Parts: sequence; structure tokens; C-alpha cells
Amino acid sequence: MKLELRGVTKKFGSLVANDRITLTVESGEIHCLLGENGAGKSTLMNVLYGLYQADEGEILLDGVVQHFSGPRDAINAGIGMVHQHFMLIPVFTVAENVMLGHEQTTFGGRLDLDASRAKVREISARFGFEIDPDAVIEDLPVGVQQRVEIIKALSRDAKVLVFDEPTAVLTPQETDELMAIMRQLKANGTSIVFITHKLREVREVADRITVIRLGAVVGEASPSASNTELASMMVGRAIDLTIAKGPELPGDVSLIVTSLSVIDSRAQYVVKNVSFEVRAGEILVIAGVQGNGQTELTEAILGLQSRVEGSITLNGEELVGRPVGGMLDAGVGFIPEDRTEDGLVAEFTIAENLMLDRSMGAPFVRWGTLQLGTLDEFAEATLIEFDIRAQGITTRVGTLSGGNQQKVVLARELSRDLRLFVAAQPTRGLDVGSIEFVHTRIVQARDSGIPVVVVSTELDEVVALADRIAVMYRGGIVGIVPANTPRDVLGLMMAGEIPEGVAA
Amino acid sequence: MTDNQKPVTGAKIASGFAGEPVQSPSGAHANGVDANQVDPIVAAPTEPAPPPAANRIITEILGGNAMISFLAIVLALAIGSVLIAFTNPAVQTSTGYFLSRPGDTFSAIANAIVGAYAALFQGSVYNFERSDFINGIKPLTETLTFATPLIAAGLGVALAFRVGLFNIGGRGQIIIAAACAGWVSWSFPMPYFLHMLVGVLAAVVGGAIWGGLVGLLKARTGAHEVIVTIMLNYVAYYLVSFLLRTPGALQASGSNNPKSPAALDTAIMPNLSNLLSVLFPGAPVGTFRLNFSFVLVILATFLVWYILTRSSLGFRFRVVGQNPNAARVAGIDVNRMYIVALVISGGLVGLAGASQVLGTNTTGFTAGIDGGIGFDAITVALLGRSRPWGVFFSGILFGALKAGGYTMQASQGVPIEIILVVQSVIVLLIAAPPLVRSIFRLPAPGSPVRAARRPGRLTEVVTK
Repeated sequence: MKLELRGVTKKFGSLVANDRITLTVESGEIHCLLGENGAGKSTLMNVLYGLYQADEGEILLDGVVQHFSGPRDAINAGIGMVHQHFMLIPVFTVAENVMLGHEQTTFGGRLDLDASRAKVREISARFGFEIDPDAVIEDLPVGVQQRVEIIKALSRDAKVLVFDEPTAVLTPQETDELMAIMRQLKANGTSIVFITHKLREVREVADRITVIRLGAVVGEASPSASNTELASMMVGRAIDLTIAKGPELPGDVSLIVTSLSVIDSRAQYVVKNVSFEVRAGEILVIAGVQGNGQTELTEAILGLQSRVEGSITLNGEELVGRPVGGMLDAGVGFIPEDRTEDGLVAEFTIAENLMLDRSMGAPFVRWGTLQLGTLDEFAEATLIEFDIRAQGITTRVGTLSGGNQQKVVLARELSRDLRLFVAAQPTRGLDVGSIEFVHTRIVQARDSGIPVVVVSTELDEVVALADRIAVMYRGGIVGIVPANTPRDVLGLMMAGEIPEGVAA
Repeated sequence: MTDNQKPVTGAKIASGFAGEPVQSPSGAHANGVDANQVDPIVAAPTEPAPPPAANRIITEILGGNAMISFLAIVLALAIGSVLIAFTNPAVQTSTGYFLSRPGDTFSAIANAIVGAYAALFQGSVYNFERSDFINGIKPLTETLTFATPLIAAGLGVALAFRVGLFNIGGRGQIIIAAACAGWVSWSFPMPYFLHMLVGVLAAVVGGAIWGGLVGLLKARTGAHEVIVTIMLNYVAYYLVSFLLRTPGALQASGSNNPKSPAALDTAIMPNLSNLLSVLFPGAPVGTFRLNFSFVLVILATFLVWYILTRSSLGFRFRVVGQNPNAARVAGIDVNRMYIVALVISGGLVGLAGASQVLGTNTTGFTAGIDGGIGFDAITVALLGRSRPWGVFFSGILFGALKAGGYTMQASQGVPIEIILVVQSVIVLLIAAPPLVRSIFRLPAPGSPVRAARRPGRLTEVVTK
């Protein structure tokens, strides 16, 4: 099915999220939509999927103008969407999720789960997926959940499939498998719109590339274009990725983690027997695909996990068993993975957020009373020092952009007297400028002579920041390797394989 | 699996797309490319996990502005007018011949509404029909008298709200507090005034224990405070009922009724007339019921204001109320905050119990001593948007409705139930800010209209 968008414009108030976008996706073509965060890719796809109504322009399928008043119309017209955040009910089975929204019933309103099961099996067989229709979604790995999303779309006879940032949560290997699935879909005549910002994937799988910037199409490119060409089109200026990072000057071993295990509320080991050491003045990056225990490991270092076995010592002091407050007192600085949920109070002002974990004593509290003058002075100075773009210190943090929110968290943690700095996914979802800023600050923290632990799922960040790299897989450390380890080796390790010549 | 990977449920789908598209972390960023690099650093997308539902509801309710509260009151009074007109006999009669003389109907409606609200004013603020000021102003002091326990209990409920807790247990806490204060008031002879203060202290402690019990259960076992407080209301009611029927416990000796003895004179709060007679011996001092507990309530309002806005404890309260996850990461002991908050909340509600048995109802009480204050306090806290002074003034408004309602009924024959309907409608509207917004066509917070006023946001996000 051929999809055409003609002059689609979508405005939000005076914001033009999509500006006269024209796009043609031929039948059996993989068309990449490339663009930065906020470039308007997702808005465009939401227009296509009927979630937003376009202010101008039209959508054509095989030359017929379509009017979608909701996703149901789009689905019926043959458009399927694999969302960035899966739209699956975690406690339902695969079959139940696949039938959700167009449930078939038998006599007396009984759900015809068998029909759904059969459909799941049929589509699975066609694409070589191994999916048990009766598996519960929350028990499945992320890559498999995504396949369920694909099955769900295909079960409604989607002829145009939209993949919205599908690889963000996948391992390099799972990504390759997804690419293969996309090629197979294409061979079956399905048109694919692939939204991404990862150039490698684009060049590997795309037939055509449309680059979007600031809500408008800036040009088409062929998959043979170089990364630099594509990136410059995307960002609109020449860009350079190098972190100003001097050689490490490691001191004594400072943080020692020995046989650490974390047990979650379902009595599963999410971190298994992990041991490593970090020297003062060294960055250890914990690499790995999301959900392999990195989050729980960092939480254990901060005392947020209730069931922890093993030992964590910082400069000889045992940390395991201390409450979070005790960890903070011991000088642990922490950037949580999910800053909006764990690092900030959206309704609070910047100033209030800057004292979030310092409400127990000096300098911001005396005799149980807030020292608002001190706090304001500190906040004003911090705003300038960390280049937080906001109207003032009383601006609510929830109204800031992601980059500025992260700067608030960073400023709060780095302004304490730290003896260990732990940053979980510190640049996730940030814009280029903020990423540079965060990286520079992390390196500065290292250079101040404290051990630094960074969790990252992005290989490039791992390589750029690390002095040493520990790769985690299924709760264990696959190996600890030097920063100059080749990427394909790291990729294999992230999938749990120990390549030759790597000491586990 | 982390939160970010969790598949979103159906409910989330709608909200996920309702936000501003530019701010939604839909894509991620290329960090730039070097000719030799394989591909750019890419930041994985984030989607803020929603805070717990209860917190979100509270935030939504408290996020409404004073304008919403004011409009809710206006709207509720308008609805009250309709009810007054419908229930008025003169209006009913005149509609019988509406077609021949429609003017009669309209004037009857006008008379009914004006008469009712005039009576409301007369009963709650100032009665111009009285000859002297001392009697004319009495309705206002009645308003404040009715307002006193509402404010005290409202402060307690409001404080709990700010920590993200629904304290529905005002009734039980008042009953327990009243029993404690009452017991002190007739059992332990003490010097004047001191006796009363000890009684107040007993009430506050009683309420605090009853509230703290909820906090303890929540913190230790994860029991939901709404269920626990509601159940403890019954426990308190039947426990005190039993004690009031048990000779040697709380029952007045020589009586068969489930009623307590009267408080000793030394334990009774001095009222405004007492004060005036000391200040102006010989002058007419009236028969004011407004008593010392109003002073205590003003002090309590200051105290809650201090706790919530100036103390580190209040800071931690608010962090827990807004985002318990962030509180945990910031080293705040969330469970401890729940306990402390419910202790203070219960203590404040207990103050309402003291004001009842030592102030206005000193001749002995029954298990019905709460008189609906425990639940009205929730209303008061909501209308006051859980701000200390907001609660203070909404308490006075509700006191006025109570005081004036009786006059409305007595002088105009307006059923007292209409006042209750007005009160309920106010709360209903406060709890549903979108409804008020759509009636008065106010912009919703975070709507595209608002985004349009700040066009800088798009460019900031995109270009940086």
C-alpha cells in the first residue's frame, strides 16, 4: 500500500510542530524518518495514526484521501503502529493483548481466545518468532514484547507499519534481528515508516531517508550518504563529538563492591554476585542493555534496595545496611536513572529541588527551620554556574526542558561534598548541548579525585566517558574491559557472550 | 525490567498523547558525529512514570487556584437559589397561574431568593434588626464559633493532604479527643484555665494517638489510610458509646443515658462574654458563645503555616506528598513522615474535639459529639486547597453557612438541607476543577493555549 502525506501541518497554538510535510512511502519500501528530539517526527506519526487531526494537508492511501478521527479509523485503513513505549497490558497474556481492541467472542459473549492464539501462532510461524500465546507480557524480555506489538499490528492486517524509535530498548543483537524482521515484512509487501535517530540503523535498512528538522522536511537522502552528511542535515550544523577528557590520574582503590547480590520483591536475583573496584579519579562505566541489573546495582549503592547481600565499601567504610540518608551522609552523589520520577519534584521550584536531599541540616536548615535566604543565594549562584536556563529560581522544575532538569539534579549532587559519584543514564533523552555539559561535569567530578560510576546503555557514551568498562548481562558482570575495547566486542558482551581474550 | 520499559496500559495511552508534543520525550538526540565514529551517541527516550494515582488526584485538586474556589462558591450559591425558588411555597402557588400573571412568579422567586440570602447574612454576619451592636454582631461570633472546630479539623486534614494522605478519620479522632478532654474536665479538679489547658492537651494527645495509629499501620503494613481511618471511625464511635453506657467509665453517675458528666467549671473555656465582663465591668456583655478555642485555632493556623512553609519537617512532608519516590532517593524516610504527619494531623483534629467539649458543649456529651465536623473538615480542607489560611477562611465560610442556615430556616422557612446541598456542590466543584473551568470557560493549566503564550519553549527545545 502506498502512503502519501501531502502538506501536513500541525500547530499547537503558535507552535508549528509539523510544517507542510510531504512524504511518499511506496509499497514495500522502508522509509526512514530521521530527525532530532522534538523535530516533529512523533507528532507527524500521531497525525497519521489519527491521534491528532492535521490542521492542513491530507493523508492518502493508494491515492485515496483518508480522514482519520481516531486510531481505530487508521487501523481499519491498514495502518499499524509499533509504539516507542509498548501499548501492552503487562498482566495480560500475549493472546489477550493481541485481541485487545477487536475482541472476538463466541456464544454468550465468551472471549474467543483460541482464535487469537491461532493468530499469534500463525503470524509467529510466518516470521519465525518463537512466541507462546499464553505467556504473560511482563515475564517476556523487551525484545519479545516488541514482537508482540508487531504481531498485534499485523493481526489487524496492517499494510503500513510505523515503527516509532523501536531500537531504543534493544540490544545490538536484538536490533539486528528487528532489522531482519523489517526486511522480511518489506518482502511481503508491507510499507514501513521507521522513525529513528540512529544513523547506523538508517543506513543499514532504509530504502529512502527523509530528514526532518524543526517540524519541516529538510531533505531526502539516500542510504549511501555518510554519517556526517546525515547528522549535519539532522542538526543543521556541523557537529563534533569529543569529550574534553584528559588522561586519568587514578589514585587508590576507593569503592570496593564484593559479591553483591540484589533480590527484588519477587524473590528474584536481579543482581548476582557482582564484584568490582573503582579507584579514586577513575570513571567506571557500567554498560549493558537496559534492564540487566544496572538500575538495581546503582540503587543498591545508594541504599534504595531492601534486600542486598554482599558488601560495598567506600574508603574502607561498609555501606550495605545503611539507610539512604546514611549513604548521602557518607558522601554518595547520585543521579537517578529516571530524573522526573526519582530525582525531582516537578511541582517544586528550582531552589526547593536544589535542597531536596539536604533537608536535614546545614546549610539550608537550622533549628528545624528552612534558611530560605541561604537557599536563594545558593540557587541563584547555581543557576549561573550550571547554566540552567530558566526564568528564575522560583520557576517550577516541571516546566523546564529535560536538559535543564538534569542540570538541576547534577547541580544538587555535585554541590555536595562528594566521596563517590554515581550517575545512572545521565544523558538519557537530553539534547546535544546538555549531553556535552553533563559529560564535562562528570569528567570534572572524576578529575576532582573521587571514584565515578556511570551507567549507560549507549555504546558511544560508554566509550567516550569510560576509563574502564564493566558490561552487565542478566544481573552479572560479563567482564571488565579497558576503554579502548572494540565496539563489536562490547556488543557481544552486552548479549552475554564472553569473546576470546577477554578476562571475565 | 525498569519502569521505563514497562508496557503502558490503556489508561496511559490517552494521557501520553495529551501532553505538549514538543516536550514529550518522543525521540532522542544525536550527540553528533565524527567522520570516523560509527554512529552518534543516542540518548534513550524517557517517559516519566506517573506518580501514584492518589498523589496525582491530590495534586490536581490542590493545583486549582483561588479563582476556582471562588467560582465554585458562586456557582453553588446559584444552584442554591434555584433550589430555594423551587421549594418556596409562594413560588409554587404563583406558578399555578403563571400564564395569566407571570410577573407574580418572578417576584415570588426574587423574594424567595433575596429573603433567603438576606437571612443567611443576618444569621451569619450582622443582624440589623437588633437595636444594639452587642446583639447585632452576635451572628458573626456564632459564625466563628461554628468555624472553630471546622478550622481545627480542617487544618489536620489539610496537613495530611499535603503529605499525600487522605485522613478520613476526623470523626474518630474527634470522638477520642473529646473523650480524653471530657474525662480530664470532670475527673481532675485543677485551677481555672490550667485545667482547661490540660484538657486541650489531653484532646490533642488523644487525637494524635488515634491518627498516629493509622500512620503506624500504613507504615508498617502498607494498609491504606482511607480504609484504616474509616474503620477507626467506627471503632472510636462504638468504643466511646460503650464507655458512655458504662457506669464508672464515661457515663454521668446517676444517669441511665449514654451521656457524660458535665465539665467542671474550671475546665470550661472562657468565652467572649467572660472576657468583656472582665474588660468592661458593668457594661452589657451579651451572651456570646465564641470562646478561647478560637484563639487556639488561630495559633494552630500559624503553626501549620510554619510547619508547611518554613520548617524542614514540612519541606520533607511536601516532598513526600508530591513525589514519594524522589523523597526516598533524597534520603527521606517516607514511612516515618507518614506516621509523623498523621500524628500531627490527628492532634489538630483533636483540637476540634477539645473546642467541642470544653467550649460549646460543656454540659456532657454523647457519642455524636463529632456532629459531622470530621467529614466537613475534609470539605473545608479541599475548599481551602490545603493551605493553612485557605483552610482558615473556608472554615469561616462553612461556619457562616451553618450559623446562617439555621436563621434561614427559622425566618424564611428555607429547608436547612439546601445549605447542605450548597456545601456539597461547592466541594463537588472543587474536586472537579475541569467542570468549573468549562462552565466559566477558563483555560486548563498546561493547555495548548498556555503553551502558545510561551513560544520560546519550542525553539529552546529544538535548537539547543
